Amino acid sequence: MFGDYSIGDLGSIFVMQGFAGLILFSVYVLMALGLAIIFGQMGVINMAHGEFMILGAYVTWMTSNLFQSYLPSLFGGYFFLAMILAFVASGALGMLVEWVLIRHLYKRPLDTLLATWGLSLMLQQAYRSVFGAREVGVELPQWMLGSLHVTDSIEVPINGVFVMGLTVLITIAVAYVMFKSRWGRQVRAVVQNRIMAGAVGINTEKVDRYTFGLGCGIAGVAGSAFTMIGSTGPTSGQLYIVDTFLVVVFGGAASLLGTIASAFSISQTQSTLEFFMSGSMAKVLTLLAVVGILMLRPQGLFALKVRK
Amino acid sequence: MTDNRFFNRSELIGILVLAVFLVVVLPLTLDVFRLNLVAKYLTYAFVALGLVICWGYGGILSLGQGVFFGLGGYCMAMFLKLEASSVENTKIQSTPGIPDFMDWNQITALPFFWKPFNSLTFTIAAIILVPGIFALIIGTAMFKRRVGGTYFAIITQAVAAIMTILIVGQQGYTGGINGMTDLRTLKGWDIRPDHAKIVLYFFEVGCLFACIMIAQFIRHSKLGRILVAMREKEDRVRFSGYSVANFKIFAFCIAAVFAAIGGAMFALNVGFMSPSFVGIVPSIEMVIYTAVGGRLSILGAIYGTLLVNFAKTSLSETFPELWLFGLGGLFIAVVLAFPNGLAGIWGDYVQPRIDRLIASRKSKPDGWTDSSVADGAPAE
Repeated sequence: MFGDYSIGDLGSIFVMQGFAGLILFSVYVLMALGLAIIFGQMGVINMAHGEFMILGAYVTWMTSNLFQSYLPSLFGGYFFLAMILAFVASGALGMLVEWVLIRHLYKRPLDTLLATWGLSLMLQQAYRSVFGAREVGVELPQWMLGSLHVTDSIEVPINGVFVMGLTVLITIAVAYVMFKSRWGRQVRAVVQNRIMAGAVGINTEKVDRYTFGLGCGIAGVAGSAFTMIGSTGPTSGQLYIVDTFLVVVFGGAASLLGTIASAFSISQTQSTLEFFMSGSMAKVLTLLAVVGILMLRPQGLFALKVRK
Repeated sequence: MTDNRFFNRSELIGILVLAVFLVVVLPLTLDVFRLNLVAKYLTYAFVALGLVICWGYGGILSLGQGVFFGLGGYCMAMFLKLEASSVENTKIQSTPGIPDFMDWNQITALPFFWKPFNSLTFTIAAIILVPGIFALIIGTAMFKRRVGGTYFAIITQAVAAIMTILIVGQQGYTGGINGMTDLRTLKGWDIRPDHAKIVLYFFEVGCLFACIMIAQFIRHSKLGRILVAMREKEDRVRFSGYSVANFKIFAFCIAAVFAAIGGAMFALNVGFMSPSFVGIVPSIEMVIYTAVGGRLSILGAIYGTLLVNFAKTSLSETFPELWLFGLGGLFIAVVLAFPNGLAGIWGDYVQPRIDRLIASRKSKPDGWTDSSVADGAPAE
């Protein structure tokens, strides 16, 4: 399959496909980060995670429309406000869902799966009723259009670079919050031993609510970033949910580093394969490889040793 | 209490009520079109029945039952499609004698894995064996390594995703997104006219009752008790010397085979098979049938399937927007408020009243795995 290309061509192909893979990687990481917190830390299977992401995307779309109509002079910077709004909207919805639904189901993880699936159906229909069934795309500000010429045969789109930079920043922020801040310590304490955490004075219910909210908020930011590279429809979230769960499980559920490593390997494999075969076969092979490896190593790539 | 290897007295009554409902009441009151719809719903009841064994009793939630439904359905559809693609039926094609979608995809010879499906005996064996062996492989790989619970659910979901993408992607071999359509005859017997649909309906109900009997037998055997024990305290069962993995594999395989029989019935009764019954969304919907009926109730699963599908058809015809809200709400309500579904409601509220009404002297058992829960609630 390499026969028709020269060495230089192949190098460029790998760089370009690698870059396409990096954009996919960014989306995976952003979605998987929230899920790693919710699933990895709390053990809740949130099938509605994709819909929280899409909420962020719709918030971004509305903000861009608002800026276009009322503040066209500031349009270049709308994205930063939109991202904050997306975080707040998805996070608030997440906390509401936790309060109404999830907190009754912590002891029944399989049932959270069914309940959140129901929630995702309702959210999808809500989006369809409010925003219409057609996909919407945001208008990018001028400075995000175009691409950077690295060499003659290698070009990288600016919005892709922006999304990747954003991913790095958010990942660092999440790592800081989870591992350095007082609140992150509380979250990890509750996960490791709920009763003891309560005994030393941590309000475990409140920690649960904010943790779930944070996970959903990050999904909202992921949706916001997603609008930079694709259009948004009511069911866009569902397309990514299984992949994202695989990313989290493959990386080892409780490990942030594992999540990033597995997002990287899955997205790179998929986008490199995509060049040589049809997209669907590339996806099948990637997923098969992941499932196969998970059968050999069920705890994922990076398993934390936690005493249960 | 008249207890034998299959059912006690109240279960016997429940099964007889269901039999009268399906064999006498529905065929007499519904026209052929509606009866065929019921036949379509009942194909999902096979899946729900398998999930009662696998999920309700064994505690293994599989979100990939659509895969097995699809495997069974595609095996049946391949046989029917080959029969429908005889040389004289397909003489306008550039290669006569192969299914139309292969011709459209520039395939000139029948692929090797299609050839055995010329034989009905092989097809029937394949409907049972292909999904059974596939489930055996997945189950062995997962349960021997003690992967269970949520991880298993996610991986079966990934398998469902892989299967759909594969079927849609390999258009030339599988018919792609449209699936296998235009199925006509079974051994020369036309499956499309009304009288054939009625015969197929009764055949399907017969198969369903055979599966119910198998499920009842498992439930009342020692095997069923071990499954329940395993669900409640897996480690203790393991320490008592049982091979937990083997019991789980068995439950998963039984569920897979039931689902496959349902899929084959679907291909026969509905006359086509497509990837839209294989993927993640239909697989989870099949779980909700079981959950609505009551995950512990064999008969409840059948009523649950019928009820949800009736609701789906009537609601989505008149208020398509409301249906998804309704389905989503149903998921949440069943999980939050009625974890044992219709059968739980029946066992908690209706059954005691009936018992009081007939002033039965029978000692009424309580708890959530008892026979009163397993009666199922007659829908409507």
